Amino acid sequence: MKELEMPYQYSIDEERCKGCALCVTVCPKDVLEIATDVSPKGYFPAYQARPEDCIFCATCCRMCPDVAITITESVENITD
Amino acid sequence: MAKVLMKGNEAIGEAAIRAGCLNYFAYPITPQSEVAEYLARRMKEVDGVFLQGESEVAVSYMIFGASAAGARVFTTSSSPGISLMSEGISYIAGAQCPAVFVNIMRGGPGLGGILPSQADYLQATKGGGHGDFRLLVMAPASVQEAVTMVMQAFPLAEKYRNPVMILGDGLIGQMMEPVEFSDDLKTDASDKDSWATNGMDHRGSSQRNLVKSLFLDPEALNQHNLTLKAKYDQMKQEEVRFDTYNIDTDYQVLIVSYGTMSRVCRTAIDNMKKEGVEVGMVRPQTLFPFPEEQVLAAAEKKSCKAVASIEMSMGQMIEDIQRSVQGKRPVHWYGKCGGDVPTPEEVTEFVHTLL
Amino acid sequence: MGKTFTKPKSLSDQITHYCPGCTHGVIHRLVAEVIDELDISGRTVGIAPVGCAVLAYNYFTFDFQEAAHGRAPAMATGIKRVRPDLMVFTYQGDGDLASIGMGEIIHAANRGEKFTTIFVNNAIYGMTGGQMAPTSMPNQRTTTSPFGRDVDDVGMPIKVAELIAALQTPAYIVRQAVLKPKHIVKAKKVIKRAFQYQMEARCFSLVELISTCPTNWGLTPVDAVKWAEDNMLPYYPLGEYKTPEAA
Repeated sequence: MKELEMPYQYSIDEERCKGCALCVTVCPKDVLEIATDVSPKGYFPAYQARPEDCIFCATCCRMCPDVAITITESVENITD
Repeated sequence: MAKVLMKGNEAIGEAAIRAGCLNYFAYPITPQSEVAEYLARRMKEVDGVFLQGESEVAVSYMIFGASAAGARVFTTSSSPGISLMSEGISYIAGAQCPAVFVNIMRGGPGLGGILPSQADYLQATKGGGHGDFRLLVMAPASVQEAVTMVMQAFPLAEKYRNPVMILGDGLIGQMMEPVEFSDDLKTDASDKDSWATNGMDHRGSSQRNLVKSLFLDPEALNQHNLTLKAKYDQMKQEEVRFDTYNIDTDYQVLIVSYGTMSRVCRTAIDNMKKEGVEVGMVRPQTLFPFPEEQVLAAAEKKSCKAVASIEMSMGQMIEDIQRSVQGKRPVHWYGKCGGDVPTPEEVTEFVHTLL
Repeated sequence: MGKTFTKPKSLSDQITHYCPGCTHGVIHRLVAEVIDELDISGRTVGIAPVGCAVLAYNYFTFDFQEAAHGRAPAMATGIKRVRPDLMVFTYQGDGDLASIGMGEIIHAANRGEKFTTIFVNNAIYGMTGGQMAPTSMPNQRTTTSPFGRDVDDVGMPIKVAELIAALQTPAYIVRQAVLKPKHIVKAKKVIKRAFQYQMEARCFSLVELISTCPTNWGLTPVDAVKWAEDNMLPYYPLGEYKTPEAA
């Protein structure tokens, strides 16, 4: 069986994230957590603790008040 | 061009249209509601914008929004209404937008009266709202002059990107006099693409414009205030206007008076001349910038013993006169509030006390 | 549902000054997404209020004006009357719209001025440090109601959507929330509908959005969402209060 390709790039911008944790609470797959190390901005940002569980539903993106989370298409991984 | 007999308020409304301003927002208040009533019909004829707002406060912001979007716009009101507009006027000056305000003064303070006064002189000339700014203030003494000044106000407002105020009084608003609307005074609106929020598509630009008056950084706010001050300094250099009467004689007393009051003073001066008493007058046509040099020069005439500020107030312009005269001559005040315009006889009687 | 997610181009890159978890950020993004999707940024003028969103103009990339407290609907009226082709929206909080600006919003709505108002209801005055708002809940503690809002003294919270919907002039009046993703999806739909009505020059539109203020409520952003769901949604029901078709 062919393994499911993940053609998407997920990132949380540490400069923008204010550690509000709203994304953590809304993720349907419990992917996100709040870091224990402080960001350069002085916040404890969110990060993908279990990235392999991410289904790219973008619910976290929609919840984030700071547009800190981005999902883009990963060009190398696109299959036709 | 034919002259027409028009009521001051209506002529003011017509003057704006003839000047190329087709946008009017206003609120009724005695003694200037006729401007709105006239324009409610007339703006429709010229496919202009007329809106009666819900209060003078709201109107001042309709003016601000429309001006910031690049339109030529004006409003009229009277003393208490102008007080309500003061905040909006401050914002408009702070945001460097052009707009024309007409104050048909009535008795104050508070609800005061509905008859003419000149009791908003300080309000108009010493800013007209909070913060460091000035209004260019013009004071007509006839319906014709009101027409001329309204028409000149629009390009002036655009030249300085600042509100301009026409300070009339209830008499100018209510009386009927012959007027003509000179096509020479019609001007095209200035190009506002560098600052107005008229839409990026409209400007063919991907740069957006922002109209604001907030500058939280103290350096930035200081710079901004210096920019504004430079405009007012330029007004003082370039926009002083005044008229004189009987100034080429050896007058004993110099009257300084504006608007309706100055017309009464002219009659008094004529009457005193017949008695053999010479009195001269400087009539400021701009109250800001005030004709300081001209008042000083006229006061310093050798024959002149005293200066009289004759105004329908408890003494407001007198402060600018005293400042201009720099103590070189005594400055006296005669005035009356309540709405009864002083008669030539009252002015004559007062001047006699100074001889 | 598309899988990619990027910042809309009508939103600037600037990191906002809003507190962590403040839903202003969500609303700003929704408005920017709608403006992008409708392709109207070239003829849009936003009007910023006085309140936490006083600097809203820093976060959008199209023309913006800054209004005095409460006066945005009057400024919007001025713009729409002289340039009906411009898409104009006011962005106002509960002090701006429901307190000092109550006169302006009612009259603009009643005249049917064809602009859109985005009304951020978080039951408190944020920028000035947490004072009571006309929309604060009964018994809610704020800095000017330290013992809790006493409704016998200062009355009940004002339901703005219902109030404006009671006017006779056709309008689009709707209340949604931005507390959870399901609300956010609906909020975007109604914001888009509001702007579409404006594109048709159809009517006035007001979108009230139940929002949070974690800092001044004294709650974490996550707890603030819960507080709003438990205390605000029962009093401020979500839904469509008026549409121009139903007139």
